[in-house]
Amino acid sequence: MHLTVGLAQLYPKIGDVAANLKAHLAQIEAAKAHGAQLLLFPELSLTGYNLQDLVYEVALQPTADNPTFRQLLEASGDYDIDLMIGFVDTDRRARYFIAAAYLSGGAVVHVHHKVYLPTYTMFDEGRYFAWGDSVRAFETRFGRFGMLICEDFWHASPPYLLWVDRADVFLFHSASPGRGLDASDRLGSARWVQLVNQAYASLFTSYVLHCNRVGYEDGLNFWGGSTIIDPDGEIVCAAPMHEPALCIQTIDLNQIRRTRTRLPLLRDERTALTARELARIIQELHEFRL
Amino acid sequence: MSMVTTFIQAQQHVDVDALLRINTDLATKIIVGFIQDAVTKVGYTRAVIGLSGGIDSALVAFLAARALGAENVLAVRMPYRTSSEASLTDAQAVIDQLGLPSLTIEITPMVQPLIDLFPEMDSVRKGNIMARQRMIVLYDQSAAWHGLVIGTSNKTEVLLGYSTLFGDSAAALQPIEDLYKTQVRQLARALGVPQSILDKAPSADLWSGQTDEGELGYTYAEVDRLLYLLVDGRYTVEEAAAQGFDLAFVERVWRRVRLNHFKRTMPNVAKLSRRSIGHDFLYLRDWSG
Repeated sequence: MHLTVGLAQLYPKIGDVAANLKAHLAQIEAAKAHGAQLLLFPELSLTGYNLQDLVYEVALQPTADNPTFRQLLEASGDYDIDLMIGFVDTDRRARYFIAAAYLSGGAVVHVHHKVYLPTYTMFDEGRYFAWGDSVRAFETRFGRFGMLICEDFWHASPPYLLWVDRADVFLFHSASPGRGLDASDRLGSARWVQLVNQAYASLFTSYVLHCNRVGYEDGLNFWGGSTIIDPDGEIVCAAPMHEPALCIQTIDLNQIRRTRTRLPLLRDERTALTARELARIIQELHEFRL
Repeated sequence: MSMVTTFIQAQQHVDVDALLRINTDLATKIIVGFIQDAVTKVGYTRAVIGLSGGIDSALVAFLAARALGAENVLAVRMPYRTSSEASLTDAQAVIDQLGLPSLTIEITPMVQPLIDLFPEMDSVRKGNIMARQRMIVLYDQSAAWHGLVIGTSNKTEVLLGYSTLFGDSAAALQPIEDLYKTQVRQLARALGVPQSILDKAPSADLWSGQTDEGELGYTYAEVDRLLYLLVDGRYTVEEAAAQGFDLAFVERVWRRVRLNHFKRTMPNVAKLSRRSIGHDFLYLRDWSG
């Protein structure tokens, strides 16, 4: 089975949901024209990244009652194209989440709340956002997928959980600020993300689709470099660094079976052993206050 | 008998010079994009730069010309009566090479009346008056020319506080403030800044023979290695000294960084209300764009 994927590596305008919605709809039209069946947008694609006190103004609920979301649902309504959107979710109880929604056939199939909020160095997400509390794979018309947001996949456990929850395609998106200029032709942060994404694709013999944003916010640069990595860990598509781009790439989902036949890591994975040992470790940490 | 090869890697000092090397193409791409973005997102197309004849402002002029087009970058030379002729000619070389529109505005008649009021005035006070007067000229040209003032501060001088608050530190954006002086040199060389500027000793040019390194008491190459470890590498003072620096030198530099921190932060606001500017009224600067 083949799947034509689009990565919309765009530059969201901080706090301007109307302008960003317009850019989303234009990217969706362009991706459809190129035959894309699935289009990924970056983290917080509808709102911009470092929102600070704007969080409370741009939050929305991902339903057809919301005028912004209605237009995105309509764009996915004819099953021409599925969408992964980044936005600020709110639960009507003044809790705000960094969220990713998967839309298909005019419906919200799944919403993921970011479970790791970086609150160190230049990051201050924990000041504004509530922590997501689940990592779940979900069924799509193309197979079982999982979504993670930026810092979620700087930790090894969320991708692992998606894998054992039967996801075969990992949809990652981020708003990753560039840092670590040295003699290399890429920033340290860009090298690191590509390295771990290749590791996840290899270790979990799965496709990793990663969409990162570009542009600037108050001196921060976002480096783009979105990639598609196949189950052998090879990069099959790499968007340019630091420039807006719409990348369209057809992937062969049958490669997952071929790779796993050669390398049956999933077949041999001892999930129960992991769970048992984790339970023991957690118990010991608690008992001995480690 | 089998042959065994043993590899022993003795613990060595970190090669900080290697860590300070930058990819100049990547730096150029990010900084040029930053200037374009920062200028256009607030509705401007033009910029104003004070050109001293030194390497920092020359580099910023090259980057700004690339970002905005040379015709949109106004270079302003602002000599004082004791400024060296070489400063003027080096600045002119940048103007000619890039084809920048330019102005030369002598600041002597503006600053001299104040300086003459205080015959005992030391050179630090005089230097600060000149730096602040240049800021006034640049911000006036900002309004007249409708261009944003682009700053030319580098990471070394800002960390050491070797700058004038509300003088050369005043700008709408700072494109090279995250580059150490030795990195500024690499980028300036790569972009084709005139050789005479690359070769000469950095100087505030307040009096004949003044050099930054003479005033600071150490070279930029030396202090950049140390600052890289302390700031970027998060080394403690003791760990940095263990990398081959004199402990007294490390302590002196780190103390200087600390004592000048007020120049790198906004003034403290006395908190009284529930939501206060500078404390919990938090929006990006780009919010206004």
